[in-house]
Amino acid sequence: MTTTTRPDATGHFGPYGGRYVPDTLMSALTDLEREYTAARDDADFRRELDHLLRSYAGRPTPLTEARRLAERIGTRARIFLKREDLAHTGAHKINNTLGQALLTKRLGKPRVIAETGAGQHGVATATACALLGLECEVHMGTEDVRRQALNVFRMKLMGAKVNEVTSGSRTLKDATNEAMRDWMANVDTTHYIIGSVVGPHPFPMMVRDFQSVIGKETREQCREITGRLPTHLVACVGGGSNSIGMFAPFYDDGVAFIGVEAAGEGLEGRHGASIIKGELGAFHGSMSKVLQTDDGQILEAHSISAGLDYPGVGPEHALYAETGRALYTSATDQEALDATRLLCETEGILPALETAHAIAHLPKMVAELRESDIVVLCLSGRGDKDITTLREVLDL
Amino acid sequence: MANRIDTLFQDIRERGRPALAAYITAGDPDLERTQEIALALVEAGVELLEYGVPFSDPIADGPVIQRAAQRSLAAGTTVDAILASVSRLRAAGCEVPISLFGAYNPFFHRGLERLCREVREAGADGLLIPDLPPEEADELLGHVDAEGIGCTFLAAPTSPPERLRMIGEACRGYVYCVSLRGVTGARAELPPDTVDFLDRVRSVTDKPTLVGFGISRPDHVALLAPHVDAMVVGSAFVRIIEEHSSAPDLPQRVAALARELIGGLGGS
Repeated sequence: MTTTTRPDATGHFGPYGGRYVPDTLMSALTDLEREYTAARDDADFRRELDHLLRSYAGRPTPLTEARRLAERIGTRARIFLKREDLAHTGAHKINNTLGQALLTKRLGKPRVIAETGAGQHGVATATACALLGLECEVHMGTEDVRRQALNVFRMKLMGAKVNEVTSGSRTLKDATNEAMRDWMANVDTTHYIIGSVVGPHPFPMMVRDFQSVIGKETREQCREITGRLPTHLVACVGGGSNSIGMFAPFYDDGVAFIGVEAAGEGLEGRHGASIIKGELGAFHGSMSKVLQTDDGQILEAHSISAGLDYPGVGPEHALYAETGRALYTSATDQEALDATRLLCETEGILPALETAHAIAHLPKMVAELRESDIVVLCLSGRGDKDITTLREVLDL
Repeated sequence: MANRIDTLFQDIRERGRPALAAYITAGDPDLERTQEIALALVEAGVELLEYGVPFSDPIADGPVIQRAAQRSLAAGTTVDAILASVSRLRAAGCEVPISLFGAYNPFFHRGLERLCREVREAGADGLLIPDLPPEEADELLGHVDAEGIGCTFLAAPTSPPERLRMIGEACRGYVYCVSLRGVTGARAELPPDTVDFLDRVRSVTDKPTLVGFGISRPDHVALLAPHVDAMVVGSAFVRIIEEHSSAPDLPQRVAALARELIGGLGGS
């Protein structure tokens, strides 16, 4: 089964996905699906997006071999980093926001809204909107506004309005609730650029497709450098957009997929590991794995990284987990902090705290790696935005 | 026993005067008070209760009902306790139809077969799930029909006629027409196209129609009355509950607004 056959015609990935939204949004979703499908098959649209990705966003991003990192963790396997941190605005999020902003123009809507946790998606949305002349409002929880003050300022510099959300846990899930409410009120004039492979159909499919540029480039680059495909792909999973973008183009190859969720303070305490510890549930517009109580109330997630601080996950990941196509594991806040330092010290790269969860898994893989293995880790974003958090917890 | 929802709407069509329905969040400030408020509303002339099942992340609700859900959950309200509360209302002689109104996940998590059986056993009459469109409801409707309870879907002004027709066909009982683009919450004025929308729904379905979202004043009720079978007011009641939660006469304060709104219905 290739990615073009997932999801099915009604937006389901097996038992996951679908559309669980008020009727107010159903016509907008149908319109969006139709317009996206048409755009995907339109050579002009693809050419325009490709041009922006190359001339504006800095694609293709490099594939960097991490020799000192491999040596430090004690493996003779080759480790490569897919450098999404070098994409414009510092993370993979721009791949999706440029695509959806172009689509917004095609839909004839003048206004864009977005939710953001770490602020990376908010910045990438504000950036795409500035480039294409769209009005932009970003919903962000006040807890994240505090943690990611730098990104809030960046969004405002780009001309976006930042709406500080004070409900619930004041993080990504509450920002998403507020964005959904905004969309219901302004659906005629507004497109909602969801930042991950979550939400009602067609978002999980569409965001995956826009992010698949990560995996497609990796295939070419890895072949060019090593003459082969990778044996292992490793990426962090919050909602799951950088990971699915890396994994999906390798779906039919015998490549191992490893997704790393946020274990926060530990899987028995507060965490964000929706696949490992979640149960089936309808949340933010789709059926997937959700952290919830015995009574079906959504739990507040916890992670040191705002981008993984989310109690849900994309429906396609839930299917990958159920079918065993991907393996999901986790890393704690402390492991992520250690991994941040590890990458800084061995490679001179400051990763985002989200990405650091994926890096934290590499030492745990060493025992099973053979010399002939090729591991590609999706370095989904850079860590400049996390300096405030790092300074609070690291004593240098 | 005839379904209370069907009986009510037959009566409404025969008498030619629409009903006032009330939404209140169960467990705000606590379930005992919710029951007192419900009984006072019924005594004031409310003919259908939408009993709100709180959810942690209600995307269709404005700030007033969001806060009510938070208060209710903070007080420890569960689906079990809400079902028991419906049973107590029946034991207290409350005979108006009761729809359980809430986000899908708490219902889904319970197991749909068990849910529908327990809804019937508790004496509730139907389900109203704002984030569940008919496309995702095949399994639920199987159990709804097996238990003979109602199931209402939302119809929004953004939907084209063929979709409104499909929604009408899927509804067991009445159709819930959303008056506006947006979330729940009292509005000073309703959008100018609401009446036209209600007429569009009526032109594609014979099912009874109820309109909700934003309605809070007697002049709203008077404007919409000729175009629907029932109108539901929620946030305006919930706001009184929020502001006077510890007042001994809270049920009477809520009921007073119901009487004022029923005054807008006109007719005999």
